[in-house]
Amino acid sequence: MRYFNEHEETMSRDEMHALQSERLVETVNRAYEKVAPYRAKMDAAGVSPDDIKSVDDLAKLPFTAKQDLRDNYPYGMTAVPMSEVVRIHASSGTTGKQTVVTYTQHDLDVWAECVARVLTAAGATNEDIVQVCYGYSMFTGGLGAHCGAEKLGCAVIPASTGNTARQIMMMQDFGSTVLCCTPSYALYMYEYMRDNNIPIDSIHLKYGIFGAEPWSDKMRAQLEENLHIKATDIYGLSEVCGPGVAFSCSEGNGLHVNEDHFIIEVVDPKTGMPQPDGVPGEICFTCIDKEAMPLIRYNTHDISALHHEKCSCGRTLVRMDRITGRSDDMLIIRGVNVFPSQIESVLLSSGNVDPRYLIVVDRKGTLDEIEIKVEINAAQFTDQIRGLEELQLKIKKNIESVLGIAAKITLVEPGTIERSVGKTQHVIDNRKI
Amino acid sequence: MLIKQLSIFIENRTGRLAEIASILADNNINLRSLSIADTSKFGVLRVIVDDPYSVEKVLSDLGLAVSVTSVVSVKMNDQPGSLAAVLKVLADNNISVEYMYAFKGNSGDAYVVMRVDNDLAAQNVLTKAGFKGYTEF
Repeated sequence: MRYFNEHEETMSRDEMHALQSERLVETVNRAYEKVAPYRAKMDAAGVSPDDIKSVDDLAKLPFTAKQDLRDNYPYGMTAVPMSEVVRIHASSGTTGKQTVVTYTQHDLDVWAECVARVLTAAGATNEDIVQVCYGYSMFTGGLGAHCGAEKLGCAVIPASTGNTARQIMMMQDFGSTVLCCTPSYALYMYEYMRDNNIPIDSIHLKYGIFGAEPWSDKMRAQLEENLHIKATDIYGLSEVCGPGVAFSCSEGNGLHVNEDHFIIEVVDPKTGMPQPDGVPGEICFTCIDKEAMPLIRYNTHDISALHHEKCSCGRTLVRMDRITGRSDDMLIIRGVNVFPSQIESVLLSSGNVDPRYLIVVDRKGTLDEIEIKVEINAAQFTDQIRGLEELQLKIKKNIESVLGIAAKITLVEPGTIERSVGKTQHVIDNRKI
Repeated sequence: MLIKQLSIFIENRTGRLAEIASILADNNINLRSLSIADTSKFGVLRVIVDDPYSVEKVLSDLGLAVSVTSVVSVKMNDQPGSLAAVLKVLADNNISVEYMYAFKGNSGDAYVVMRVDNDLAAQNVLTKAGFKGYTEF
C-alpha cells in the first residue's frame, strides 16, 4: 500500500486549492463567530470573514502566536461547548500556564488519519506491531502515534517512555516491527543493546518513525544502519494537533504536509510576507479541519522552506524542508520544548529577583543533557551549605515540574556568567546533531 | 561573646582559593580564623576578621557573594575537656550547633567559634555557666 488516502494525498493542485478554500472560508467564519480572541484580532485588523473567499486571501488574516493561546488559557480558543470536547492536551508553559489544545471526536479522527498516512508512507500496514515509546501524557506524542497506528489497524504496544531494558525485552518478546520514539532515544536503545551484548537480530524492527526533536541525515543513516530499519521523519506540534502534520516519504526530499487539513505558509520573519518556494522563513499553520480549536496563521517559529512541485513518490502534497532552526530561542531537549524565559520565571519564583543564568545543552552519547548555571546573589547566599543545597534542589524541582525534564543546577559565583553588550546570551548549545 | 563572621561563596575549582586569598592580601585583610565547608561544586569560606562590615563592603564591591553572620565565640583553657564542657552547656539547654571551628590564642587560650540555632540563648546560658567570649581582636 503506497498511500493511506490516495485521493487526498495525490489530488491535483487545483483540487487542493478548492478544498482548502472551502474549508478555510468555513473555518474563518466559525472562528469569528465562536472564538472571541479571533473576532477581536480580525476586527482590529479591519478584516471581516466576508473578505476571505479563497486560500489566496489567507495573508489578509492576522497571525496567531503562542502568547495568544496562553492569554486565553485554558479554553478561550475553543470554539465548541465542552460537551463536544473529548480530549485535552497541553504543552509546558511558564509556571502553571500551559498551552492547552482541545479536540472533538472529529479532530481525533483527522489526527489519527494523518498519523496513519505517515505510517503508510513509512511502509507499515495492518500486519505490523507498533511500539510507541513517546510519553503518554499531556504531551501529544504517545497518544498521537498510538491512535494513528490503531487507525491503520496495527497492533499497538503503548510502551511509553523509560526503562530501556524493558523496552527491548518487549521488542524481542512481542515482535515489534515499528518503533515510534525520538531519534535520540532510538540511538540510545541501539547503544544499550550493543553495550549489553544483545544481538540486533533478536529484535525484528522494520521501520522507525522518529520525531519531536531535530535530527540530521547523519543520524538517519546511523539509525538505519544500526537498527536495520527504514527511518521516517514525522513532524508536528501540539498547537496544530500533534505529530502527523508532515512526514518524509521514500524519496527523502522533504516532508509532505497534510495540507488538506493544515495550510502551511512560509513567511519572512521581519515583514510577515509569504516567501516564494525554496526561500526559508517562519512556518505558519492554519488548521482548516479542526472543530474544537481552529487555528489561524499560527506562527511556529520553526524555519523551513516549501516546494510545490509534485514528488516522485506520487504525492502532490506540498513539501517542507527539514526544520533547520528556530527564529526564536526555543530549545528542544529530549523532545521537550524549552524556552529560556520559562527557566527565568522559575528562577524568579525561587526568590531570585534578578536571575543571571546560563543554559548549557550537551549531548552525552545520544541523550541531551541540560545544565543551568545560576549566579548566586547576595540575597540568596547563606553561610550554610545546607541552605545552598536546598536552594539548588528547590530550583531543580521547580524546573522539573514546569518543564518536565531533569536539569542539573550549578550555583556559580556572581559575575562569572559572561555579559555581552546588549542582550545577555542565555544558551550555549554544544550539541552536534 | 557574639561576633560577626564573614562568609564567601567560592566555586570549587583549582586556584580559586588562592585568588580569594590574594584579594584578601591585596586589601590588607588579616584573618583571625577561618574554616571552609565544601561540596563537589562549591564551597563556603568562613572567616573571622577585625572589621567584618568594611571587609564585607570591599568584597561585595569586588563582586563576590558575601554575607555576615552572628556566631558564638567562647574562650577556653587549652587543655583536654574544655570543649566538652562548652558543648555540654549547649546540649543541656537544647541548643544545636550547626558548624564550628577553633583556633588558638596568643596566651595559652583556645577559642571555639560556633554557629548555633539560637545565638542569644547560647550567649545567655554560656555566660551564666561562667564562660567568657572573645571579642577584642
